[in-house]
Amino acid sequence: MIAESLALSAALFTIGVIGVLTRRNALILFMCIELMLNAVNLLFVALSQLYGATGQVFVIFVMTVAAAEAAVGLAIVIAVFRHRQSVDLDDLRILRG
Amino acid sequence: MPQGHPLFYTFHFYLFGLIALASAVLFVTRRSPVTAALWLVNVMFSLAALYVMMDAHFVGVIQVLVYAGAIMVVFLFVVMLLNLGHAGGLEDKRGKGVRLTALFVGLAMLAEIAVLTRPDWVPRLPPALALRAPAGNAIEPIAGPLFGKYLLAFELTSVVILVAIIGAVVLGRRTKA
Repeated sequence: MIAESLALSAALFTIGVIGVLTRRNALILFMCIELMLNAVNLLFVALSQLYGATGQVFVIFVMTVAAAEAAVGLAIVIAVFRHRQSVDLDDLRILRG
Repeated sequence: MPQGHPLFYTFHFYLFGLIALASAVLFVTRRSPVTAALWLVNVMFSLAALYVMMDAHFVGVIQVLVYAGAIMVVFLFVVMLLNLGHAGGLEDKRGKGVRLTALFVGLAMLAEIAVLTRPDWVPRLPPALALRAPAGNAIEPIAGPLFGKYLLAFELTSVVILVAIIGAVVLGRRTKA
């Protein structure tokens, strides 16, 4: 079942990449990043069957970083929304405030 | 590792894998952020089931609690804060066929849980099919390296969380214009 898990992980990661490349809603973009992190977690867990529980330790770290990333990213989204009344990334072309 | 009946294991592995894949495709193609978030929750639940099947019980529990329970709720919270869900699209539009399908899927899941947790209800069930607790402690193989070999990384994680908290508070604060 490890090979199937790796294939599923690759497919989920690809779907996440496609989402990041095609979607223009900042919130959905963050969710796509979460999906990619989940795909990597699946890879860690699948390979921990072969190489011991260290992979599962890394899953814990990935989840922590994902939570921190979601908190900061969503705070940025809220700040941008207050500023421009939009979370469409195509509206954010200029760097000056 | 397959616990119990191999065919049972393989069937559910492919079932949850396909659910995860289909939900991911639906997630990335939905227009509404709320619908997308709920499909992503479905992906995470399926992945939690796969983690449990791959003997990572603790990671499966954490997946449900932290990812589906906390991170996705934060996403939905922000969607509602920004009012992107468009209250007009919140009514239940599903047809009768979808509701019936949902009912049958729910009943099938309930029956499965009942059979797995109460093996005496189905006397002819092979004993290997019954739900078994993981051999030994499920948390110990993770906690050992986490608080031993990777203790420094673990402690640094707390710094990451602290920085994230401060960053979120500073960014989310209303600046006096």
